[in-house]
Amino acid sequence: MSMWEYANPRLFMSWTRSVLPWTFGLAGVCLVVGLVWGFFFTPDDFRQGSTVKIIYLHVPSALMAINAWIMMLVASLIWVVRRHHVSALAARAAAPVGVVMTLIALWTGAVWGQPMWGTWWAWDPRLTSFLILFLFYLGYIALWEAIEDPDTAADLTAILCIVGSIFAILSRYAVFFWNQGLHQGASLSLDAEKNVADVFYYPLLVCIAGFVLLFVALVLMRTRTEIRARRIKALQARGQHA
Amino acid sequence: MIALLKRDLRLALRAGGGFGLGLAFFLIVVVLVPFGVGPEREVLRPIAPGILWVGALLAALLSLDRIFALDFEDGSLALLATSPLPLEAAGLVKASAHWITTGLPLTLAAPFFGFLLLMQPEAYGYLLVSLLIGTPALSMIGTFGAALTVGLRRGGLLLSLLVLPLYVPTLIFGAEAVRRGAAGLDASGALILQAGITAGCFAILPFATAAVLRINLR
Amino acid sequence: MLHVADLGCARGGVAVLSGVSFDLAAGQALVLRGPNGIGKTTLLRTLAGLQPAITGEVEMPEEAAAYASHADGIKTALTVTENLAFWAEVYGLPLDTGVLDRFDLAQFRNRQGGTLSAGQKRRLGLARLAVIGRKILFLDEPTVSLDTGSVAMFARWLQDDHLAQGGIAVIATHIDLGLDAPVLDLTPFKSAPGTGGGTDEAFL
Repeated sequence: MSMWEYANPRLFMSWTRSVLPWTFGLAGVCLVVGLVWGFFFTPDDFRQGSTVKIIYLHVPSALMAINAWIMMLVASLIWVVRRHHVSALAARAAAPVGVVMTLIALWTGAVWGQPMWGTWWAWDPRLTSFLILFLFYLGYIALWEAIEDPDTAADLTAILCIVGSIFAILSRYAVFFWNQGLHQGASLSLDAEKNVADVFYYPLLVCIAGFVLLFVALVLMRTRTEIRARRIKALQARGQHA
Repeated sequence: MIALLKRDLRLALRAGGGFGLGLAFFLIVVVLVPFGVGPEREVLRPIAPGILWVGALLAALLSLDRIFALDFEDGSLALLATSPLPLEAAGLVKASAHWITTGLPLTLAAPFFGFLLLMQPEAYGYLLVSLLIGTPALSMIGTFGAALTVGLRRGGLLLSLLVLPLYVPTLIFGAEAVRRGAAGLDASGALILQAGITAGCFAILPFATAAVLRINLR
Repeated sequence: MLHVADLGCARGGVAVLSGVSFDLAAGQALVLRGPNGIGKTTLLRTLAGLQPAITGEVEMPEEAAAYASHADGIKTALTVTENLAFWAEVYGLPLDTGVLDRFDLAQFRNRQGGTLSAGQKRRLGLARLAVIGRKILFLDEPTVSLDTGSVAMFARWLQDDHLAQGGIAVIATHIDLGLDAPVLDLTPFKSAPGTGGGTDEAFL
């Protein structure tokens, strides 16, 4: 059986039914462990004091804000190339989760920026990029909502997502060209020297795992809802036709 | 292709508002800004490049929903889709016609509006060149957006929401080039990057526009 | 010249017609009949390539087909001659002004499209078909808003200038055009409820 068979709506519903509670459970465990560890069992930073601990919400949500869009891009490409309905619906399901992640990243960033930079908001390249990403999400969701025919909506939003991704990357570089910012360098990278210290690093990894699992669980749940809604629509169409 | 371009230009001329409306809107933006921020030279001069670019962008946005809407309603778009003219070419022509009726007049008028905003004299050349390079990208991106929303009854606001984030790189490089020019810095980097974006838009977006039109005509 | 085999088409994601098959040789026409909603427009749009077929095949020479819908595609701000000249140029042909006489439009040649009556607009829309020189025509209710004289005029053009020159026409219409053409009633081809191929089938 090829892996694509799992994308059949009926099969998807059956395997996600058993997987979903476990994903939610694991996400909850990771988040509780990571956040409690991060908030109460790590030392204060010698420069930033206890405000540094907002990193446990800020970095994972910012990562997921970007990864959610990348997941939507991959799902859109799969829909365009192989026309798997679940893929299109998963992209639709991921968008609101991505918006919330973007908002959390922006909000926690503002809360962190106030004591550190003395301002809630600055037109810093990273902050600006996230604001633009937020607009991309809004446009994508609005297009889904505006079109009645589900397949037309899936096709158009997929193309918007692909074209939008190109422009999102362009915007990111344009914004860096436009303004060098206040924001510190990446908290995590493969280049180990610049990373945050180990005491902050391990709880952060647990939190990121928690956010990833939470994202997967929410997308699976929302995709199941979308599939059910679509099934109702299909059955109604048959009913009217017969 | 020439036939469609001629027809669209003729329609824009006859229907009225094709050339004039965008320009009038541009003028209104430029007139309103000093009322908002004050008439002082020190205030207006530094923001003039940005105001002119944002004004040009909004003026271009204003006429986007007319690109395909009329052809879609009266059925000519379906007839064009079944004609020997590829829809990719139709998208390219529509963008060109939109640029000739809005982008080009805006570009030519911009230096006069710069005069109203007391812009730095050194910046006029950069303003003209950056608008000349940048506004075609605005038309092409807008054509794609118009194709996306052509089947929708209340597509106007949605069109703005879809297109504005896509305008960000063009706006940044365009306004940056003029700002650098006004400050006496080297603006060639911004202009080259902007030319790259315009070229990229014209290379990719006609295909995306045609794909989207085919889906909407289904 | 036009070969249609086992064609199935869908509207709004649901199969409406299945197993439609017919063959037309040069000079033949086919009249489509059936109650409202049976799928005449859907079938014509599928044949014209505006929407994908869910089953079956359509074979015809390339660059030979033209489609005429309910909407005429007339630009209200262009004159009658300009409207026709545009379509001729898109199809790469010179404009034969004799067409204006053929469709009784000569006296309106410099009138703008927006000032024509519904029937006159329709005649202009049909004159487009004579201008673009395509051999295979898919016509969706071509006689809407035409008076009896105009219907006869259009039928004469179809018979003498199109079909007699080796053209083909598939016409959805409710009135008798007086053509010597077989009638295909689409009622028997209506998809049974639950027919496969609809785009939302995977969800059932």
